[in-house]
Amino acid sequence: MTKIKSNVAVSESGFVFNPITGESYSVNPVAAEIFNMLKENKSFDEIEKELLEKYQVDAETLEKDFNDFISMLKQYQIIDENNEKEV
Amino acid sequence: MQKQRYERPVIKKLETNMPNKFGTKTEYTPKTHIDGVAVKELVKEYGSPLFVISEKTIRKTYREAKKAFSTRYPKVQFGWSYKTNYLSAVCNVFHQEGSWAEVVSGFEYQKALLNGVDGKKIIFNGPDKTVDDLEMAIENDSLIHIDHLDELYTIIELAGKMNKKPKVAIRVNMDTGIYPMWDRFGFNYENGQAWDALNKIVRSEKLELVGLHTHIGTFMLSANAYSVAAYKMADLALGIQKKYNHEIKYIDMGGGFSSKNTLKGAYLPGSDTNPTFDDFAEAITSALINSDFKPDQLPLLILETGRALIDDAGFLIGSVISNKRLADGKRTTILDIGVNLLFTSFWYDHKISPAQPFTQYTEDTVLYGPLCMNIDVIRENANLPLLNKGEQVVVHSVGAYNMTQWMQFITLRPNIVMIDEKGKHHLIREKESMESINHFEKVPEHLKKFEL
Repeated sequence: MTKIKSNVAVSESGFVFNPITGESYSVNPVAAEIFNMLKENKSFDEIEKELLEKYQVDAETLEKDFNDFISMLKQYQIIDENNEKEV
Repeated sequence: MQKQRYERPVIKKLETNMPNKFGTKTEYTPKTHIDGVAVKELVKEYGSPLFVISEKTIRKTYREAKKAFSTRYPKVQFGWSYKTNYLSAVCNVFHQEGSWAEVVSGFEYQKALLNGVDGKKIIFNGPDKTVDDLEMAIENDSLIHIDHLDELYTIIELAGKMNKKPKVAIRVNMDTGIYPMWDRFGFNYENGQAWDALNKIVRSEKLELVGLHTHIGTFMLSANAYSVAAYKMADLALGIQKKYNHEIKYIDMGGGFSSKNTLKGAYLPGSDTNPTFDDFAEAITSALINSDFKPDQLPLLILETGRALIDDAGFLIGSVISNKRLADGKRTTILDIGVNLLFTSFWYDHKISPAQPFTQYTEDTVLYGPLCMNIDVIRENANLPLLNKGEQVVVHSVGAYNMTQWMQFITLRPNIVMIDEKGKHHLIREKESMESINHFEKVPEHLKKFEL
């Protein structure tokens, strides 16, 4: 399961700070929602269901965008590469 | 409950170092309407991609240019540069405003005639005028601007045969202090070629030397170069007056005025830095007025600027085909408009606005066209709001050259619509179809059948 490192947090305004690398990021509201749901250990299916109910988007687009977002989180080392253990 | 507008999730690293090549965000308002007509409505009716021309903007821009010159100089005439955009509807807006026609080929010449322009008000430029073209122009008393000596000799010969006195001018090239110097067209001022041609014309007694023409370059960012050119043109005209007691009726300063587009590599946007009509007018008219012409003998000033008059009136609507990432994580967006339609994206960083509302979040994006070709890049770097598949963008200031230099390559050319001053839209060029393309092709009988 995709897990965000426990010490990485997102603020209400969409500000993300990673204390390990010292880098900060900004995320838009949809990304912040996904981020928080991932922190709550929700699965993709659960996240998808919530977002489909809330936004004007189809499942294919959402899945594609979700995977793209996850790959960016990996690139920024916000998600564990091995996805297993929390740091 | 109404669902909220979706925006794809995006994460952006915050950096405090130097600005990157994508620059800062430039889009603050969506371009949802063009002259009061909704972009979505246009796409629904005419499809995407779609060129849209604003008649209101053409007239406004023309009047602004006319005013800049006519408030400074007593006799001013514009000639619409057909090659910049020769859609008949566009040409006729300029003709209604009072522009003559400036053409550079037999095809354009005939188009001007078909549009209803009086032959006497057609200026014929360019290096390729066939004997047929020249006969037609001589017959119609058009203003023929001679590009080279071979053309000069042909016209002298035709004048004899047709027993008519063609109205001619020569095109003069010169050093105006700018780089590159355009010396491939016409006769050079500094090395005496221009005088040589003028002497031949006057001494032949078969041609009527009515004017002098120059065109110093394209997308000129310095108004001062026109001042230098106007002084040299005045010097030639006054020299002819002195030597042959022959009055030059007009000086044609050509075109080449930059539009408000931003050239690639420019640090500041063209709308802030490029010279205005007033700048160009001041440079040209001051030079002519300050020369030795007697105030009541100032020649007619002809201007052939194309780009600066039509660029802002053209828009290109396109749609997002897909959002994608490159191997290095760079965001790319594929649009249905490519370099086949937007030729000018090779040298401009076109302003591109989303056609629907967006949030303050942006992403550094490369904009690709739909062609299966590596060169098909509309913007190498743009900091754009997040676009979803199927949404529209509007490319600004595409009125010059794109609708004449476009290519039927891989895809077919789209519809062109003009929005009139009352906000009514008219289809002014129909999109291409399989039939229209196949119409030109012929398959030899033995190639009509095959088995696979």
